[in-house]
Amino acid sequence: MKKVYADERWCLGCHLCEYNCAFANSGMKDMVKALKDKTIYPRIRVEDTGKITYAVNCRHCDDPLCVKSCISGALSRGEDGVMRIDHNKCVGCLTCILVCPYGAVSQGENGVVQKCELCLANSCGSPACVEGCPNKALIYEEK
Amino acid sequence: MKEYIIIGNGVAAAGCIEGIRSVEKDSHITVISEENRPVYCRPLISYYLEGKTDLEKMKYRPDSFYEENGCSVIYGQKAEKINTEAKKVTLTDGSELPYDAVCVAAGSSPFVPPFEGLDTVEKKFSFMTIDDTLALEASLSKDARVLIVGAGLIGLKCAEGIADRVKSITVCDLATRVLSSIMDDECAAIMQRKLESCGISFLLGDSAASFEGNVAHMKSGVSVEFDVLVLAVGVRANTSLVKEAGGEVNRGIVVNNRMETSLDSIYAAGDCSEGFDMSFGQNRVLAILPNAYMQGHCAGVNMAGSEAVFDNAIPMNSIGFFGLHAMTAGSYFGSESGGELYEEKGENSIKRLFSKDGYLTGFMIIGDVKCAGIYTSLIREQIPLDSVDYGLLKKNPSLAPFSQTYRSNKLGGVL
Repeated sequence: MKKVYADERWCLGCHLCEYNCAFANSGMKDMVKALKDKTIYPRIRVEDTGKITYAVNCRHCDDPLCVKSCISGALSRGEDGVMRIDHNKCVGCLTCILVCPYGAVSQGENGVVQKCELCLANSCGSPACVEGCPNKALIYEEK
Repeated sequence: MKEYIIIGNGVAAAGCIEGIRSVEKDSHITVISEENRPVYCRPLISYYLEGKTDLEKMKYRPDSFYEENGCSVIYGQKAEKINTEAKKVTLTDGSELPYDAVCVAAGSSPFVPPFEGLDTVEKKFSFMTIDDTLALEASLSKDARVLIVGAGLIGLKCAEGIADRVKSITVCDLATRVLSSIMDDECAAIMQRKLESCGISFLLGDSAASFEGNVAHMKSGVSVEFDVLVLAVGVRANTSLVKEAGGEVNRGIVVNNRMETSLDSIYAAGDCSEGFDMSFGQNRVLAILPNAYMQGHCAGVNMAGSEAVFDNAIPMNSIGFFGLHAMTAGSYFGSESGGELYEEKGENSIKRLFSKDGYLTGFMIIGDVKCAGIYTSLIREQIPLDSVDYGLLKKNPSLAPFSQTYRSNKLGGVL
C-alpha cells in the first residue's frame, strides 16, 4: 500500500505539514479561518532535537497494536491496509496511545483519538502533508 | 471440515476467530456464549452509564461478523465439560459437540467474599457485564447513596460512570490506596485526590465486615448507610473446565507462548488464562483487553495449523478519571532488587520510569501521557537503554533518542 514516508535528511523543521494536516481535516474551506489563533490538532508531528528534524505519523503497521488493543472496537484496519478510527465509537480511553510505538496517535480537540488516515476521506483526497512539504522530505508512495 | 470450538464470546474469542480466519476459511467455528449478546466491549460498561456510548456502539464487531467468518454462535448455554479422550465438549443442555481444537476463552467471574448478612441487602450488583450494568442502572436515582466495595479499576470506573446520577458514592477497600494493583502510594494518592474533588468519598484500609439491610458494618467499627451496593472486590479466572479435564491450572489456565494448555488440542486465551509476563519474568494472569485479543489471535493462528507466538505480553493500563489520565505498564523493581528509578513530579502529575539491568521494565505516568507508547515499546521490544539516548528519552518520549537506523527503519526514510 501507499504510505507516507519521512526522510530526515530533507526535513527543514518548518512544521508546515502539521498546519496542512490540521487544515485538511478541519472540514473548512478557508485556511485562515480554520487555523488562525487556534490550537491546532494535527495528525502528524514534527520532532526537532535542534540537530535533526523529521515528521512522524501513522505507519499503518502490518501488526497494528492500536487496533488489537482498542477497547471500544473503534480502530480497524481496512482491506486497503489503512488504519481508521470511528470517532463515534471511541471513548477516549487512550489505550492506543499507550501502545503505539511511534507516538503516532493523539487526542483530538474533543477528547477522542485521532490519527492519520492519509487524507483519503477528507477534502484533500491524498496526504496534505506530502503535497505541502516544500522540500520533499515527505513522500507518498508504495515501497 | 475441521471443527473449532471457542468457549466464551468476549474479545479473546473475537481475536481467536480472526486468528483462525487469517490462516484459512474452510473450517467451521462454534462459539459458546453464556451471555445472550454478540461480542461487546466489556470495559465500556462504565462509559455506558456515563452516557459516553450506547449498547449499539458497544458492539465490538459489526453484526455480520459471525456470518462472515463462518461461525455458529450458541447463546445462553455454557460448556460444562471437555472430554479430551472423545474430543467432545458437553453443553448445559447435555448436547455434545465434537472438536478438532478448542479455545477456552471463558473469562473471569466476580469474586464475592462471603460477607455476613449479604443476603439481607436488597440492591446489590456486580459490575462485569451489560446485564449487571442495566440492572445497576435501573436502581440508580438522584437520591441514591451508593457503596462500592473495591477501589480497583472496576470499582472506580463504576464510580466515575454513575457519579452524576446518584446522591453520593463511598468506595471502600481493604488496601490502603486506590488502584493498588497497578500504582504505588504516591501515584494512587494523586488519583484519589482527583476522585475526591469530584465528590467521591473513600474508606481505605477498611472493608465491610457484615451487612444488615441498608447498613454496612465496617471492620473499623464505622457503619455506612447505603441504598445501592456494588461489589467490585476482584475477579477470578474461570479455570474449572480445564482443571476438571486434568489440565494445568494455577490462578489461571496455564498457557505457553503459543497459547497451548497442557491438554492436547486445547488452547486458552484472555482473562481465564495465565501466560508469561515478560516484564516480570514469570507467569501471571494479565486480565486486560489488549492481552485478550492478542492471546486469542495467537491461539487461533495455531489452532488453524499455522505458527504464531505471543511472547511479549506485559501488564498495561490506560485509565482516566474525570479527565485525569494515567498510564501504567510493565513491572516495577525497587532499588533493593537492582532497579533504578527516574522520576518527575508536578502537583497533579507524575512520571516514574523503572529500569533494571539496562532495560526499561515499567512506568507509571499521570497527567501528560502523550507518546507513552514509545516507552511501552521499549519494554516490549526489549531495547537496550544504552542503544538510545536515555537521558533525552526519559524526559520526553520521541523517536529522536533512537539511532538513525532505527528511526529510518520505523519511518521508512531512505538512509
